[in-house]
Amino acid sequence: MTTHVLGDTGTLTGRSLRHILRSPDTILTTVVTPIALMLLFVYVLGGAISTGSDESYVNYMLPGILLITIASGVAYTAYRLFLDLQGGIFERFQSMPIARSSVLWAHVFTSLAANLVSITVIVGVALIMGFRTGASVAAWLAVVGILILFTLALTWIAVIAGLSAKTVDGASAFSYPLIFLPFISSAFVPTDSMPGPVAWFAENQPVTSIVNTIRALFAQQPAGSDIWIALIWLVGILVIAYAFAIAIYRRKVS
Amino acid sequence: MTTEPAIRVRGVEKSFKDVRVLQGVDFDVTAGSIFALLGSNGAGKTTLVRILSTLLKADKGAATVYGFDVAAKPGEVRESISLTGQFAAIDEVLSGRENLVLIAKLRHLKNPGAIADDLLARFSLTEAGDRKASTYSGGMRRRLDIAMSLIGNPPIIFLDEPTTGLDPQARIEVWQTIKRLAGLGTTVLLTTQYLDEAEQLADRIAILHKGTIIQNGTLTELKQLLPPATVEYVEKQPSLEDVFLALVGETGESGETDTSPDDRVDAADRSRKELR
Repeated sequence: MTTHVLGDTGTLTGRSLRHILRSPDTILTTVVTPIALMLLFVYVLGGAISTGSDESYVNYMLPGILLITIASGVAYTAYRLFLDLQGGIFERFQSMPIARSSVLWAHVFTSLAANLVSITVIVGVALIMGFRTGASVAAWLAVVGILILFTLALTWIAVIAGLSAKTVDGASAFSYPLIFLPFISSAFVPTDSMPGPVAWFAENQPVTSIVNTIRALFAQQPAGSDIWIALIWLVGILVIAYAFAIAIYRRKVS
Repeated sequence: MTTEPAIRVRGVEKSFKDVRVLQGVDFDVTAGSIFALLGSNGAGKTTLVRILSTLLKADKGAATVYGFDVAAKPGEVRESISLTGQFAAIDEVLSGRENLVLIAKLRHLKNPGAIADDLLARFSLTEAGDRKASTYSGGMRRRLDIAMSLIGNPPIIFLDEPTTGLDPQARIEVWQTIKRLAGLGTTVLLTTQYLDEAEQLADRIAILHKGTIIQNGTLTELKQLLPPATVEYVEKQPSLEDVFLALVGETGESGETDTSPDDRVDAADRSRKELR
């Protein structure tokens, strides 16, 4: 059975990618909110925010916007997985001689593809709004790598939500706190402007180190220890979420 | 394989929390036959089918499907079966053809496109083949669903309440499909709560009641359980189903039908005579 893992995953990924192509509104609704936030922060609030650096505010907040985009994008993964479980198609797949994990991996790869498209759209809009970077190819690759890790970590959390949800609303509700997390981080304002306990939380939650790393890579500055803290957070969340998701999946299919 | 039953169930038990859904179920299904599991809602039919199709593990007892133990060799069992569940297991976003191609690819068959086209033709879905499955009627969904189950010619097919929620014509279409399948040597285990369905289709009927099989036999055998028939003269009135079918034609939506026009005229004639 396991000899077909790659082929089966490919076939099933093709299936759910087709779902996205047939309902491009899922990409559209994913990018609308981040774009609106960008416009709001750059043209309304940004003028009053002192970032303590001389780079433009678009440059400052783009990393946070990218993370918000991914956090809202993965909600659709939970949603699509939940719908598969609700309809009979999931049981059909399970009663067929296919590699069982490929059903989940297909959703994960689809999530990755959809989020990369959304991120590209957001970067495009940011460029129009004046985002500039002299980042090298290597720095760009590092940014993309971190965003892929972030997407995978959040996608496996989405898989947990999709597998254990009882209602459609429940399947996507998990993403609200994730979308909100960047606001209590260094994504939009420097953390030292926040009151003590909030600043402590902001400085020690994963988003800040990820945002700081991406910001430093775009600004061609050394990322320092932030990149390592970010990687530890990302890999840690990824491994734990993956383990939980697989455990829930196993319990569900046997 | 000719002497060994296609499906063998021995002492299968399954509970969900405190509810004992199956309390020791035994039966055999002869290869190439249609076996109907008859029972009311909640009798445990679906639970049993889910155990036999490796979706659920039994608490106790053993079951073999095509000679493979469902608990020990689920992979081999999945190679030998196809499950058509209670609710049409189709991808609504994909077209009918894409649904078939998807399953053919997952069964690792060559020429998935040709297989899909062939099945679309066999199930009178060629015209609708490129339309999204979400636009299909209930009968068309069921036909697509069953067509998907036939891909790869599995020797054993489970049909869990295949006609629940279908209109009378679609129901007859499904019956014809099942009969054709059995004619080709496929073993069919079907669950139903409709007595006439079991009567129409099954070589053997088992009645599942409160978690056990309370009777198992051919239709004739089951009928002999009651006192011998007494002869009474009753005026034969056509049932509403006879009238309905005679008026709208035996089968087929929008003329996609297997019955020749002559049959339909005959049926209409007959019911008209009976009306008089």
